[in-house]
Amino acid sequence: MNWNSASEFFAMGGHALYVWGSYGACLLLMVVEPILAQVRRSNALTELRREVCARKESQDET
Amino acid sequence: MNNRIINWFKFASPQTFYPLAGKLIPWFWALTAAFGLAGLYIGFFVAPTDAQQGEGYRIIFIHVPASWLSMFIYLIMAFWAALGLGFNTRLSGMMASALAPTGALMAFLSLWTGALWGKPMWGTWWVWDARLTSELILFFLYLGFIALQSAIDDARRADRAGAVLALVGVVNIPIIYFSVKWWNTLHQGASVSLTKSPSMAQTMLWGMLLMALAFWMYSIAVSLTRVRAIILERERHAGWVEELQELKS
Repeated sequence: MNWNSASEFFAMGGHALYVWGSYGACLLLMVVEPILAQVRRSNALTELRREVCARKESQDET
Repeated sequence: MNNRIINWFKFASPQTFYPLAGKLIPWFWALTAAFGLAGLYIGFFVAPTDAQQGEGYRIIFIHVPASWLSMFIYLIMAFWAALGLGFNTRLSGMMASALAPTGALMAFLSLWTGALWGKPMWGTWWVWDARLTSELILFFLYLGFIALQSAIDDARRADRAGAVLALVGVVNIPIIYFSVKWWNTLHQGASVSLTKSPSMAQTMLWGMLLMALAFWMYSIAVSLTRVRAIILERERHAGWVEELQELKS
């Protein structure tokens, strides 16, 4: 075990800014990117639903 | 409708790939979590403090995986782009487009964590040396690929233009990889090499490899999610898309 206490762990031997700055940016991007990809897919699905509805309506009219 | 006939040579058609990708995504997320937790545990609690760099070296557990993946994803992207260019297959171009943002993210993380590592160890955030500059060019190649594709309305033409850019850019990958050998640079040499035993403690190496696997699985999971979105966007006039269960709920 490298750490005697939680505060020692978070201090990272004086390199806290650099270590947590790296891990923080990594975590943030890896949470945001999948959400954006998922949003893109649900937007595509919404768009498709609208198109299918419109097509059906125009078929009913004729 | 001729798409009721099963064509066994078209396993890679968007129609068959879309549900397959949907089934695979949760598994890749599970693998990401498993490898990531194991890698972080080893990286923070098992791997010893570095004699020279203290605790600051622990950035390696994300810096090296992000750098590897930024190069690896580019090669995969160029592979799909070439396949699309050569055989005019629909899915290839979609795969290349789906990979680009994830590759850009990895290149960015590589540069970002590198800057945060360079500051305490070298005393500077950035130097214009061969390794750093060629990695920055890789980041710009990804951004250029994305920008070029989004500037062209016709998806198939966008694929072809992007493919040419991606293939020309491949020359940058060996330059990044061998830059630490070919030029005098501030950046240290390869941490892991095929020809000699690794120059680091076993536990550090294991932490790094597990994190690299986690990053790899992450990249697959997120780009499969994105390729599903791209398939829906591009195939919206195809009959099979209208039949999707997701559309009816």
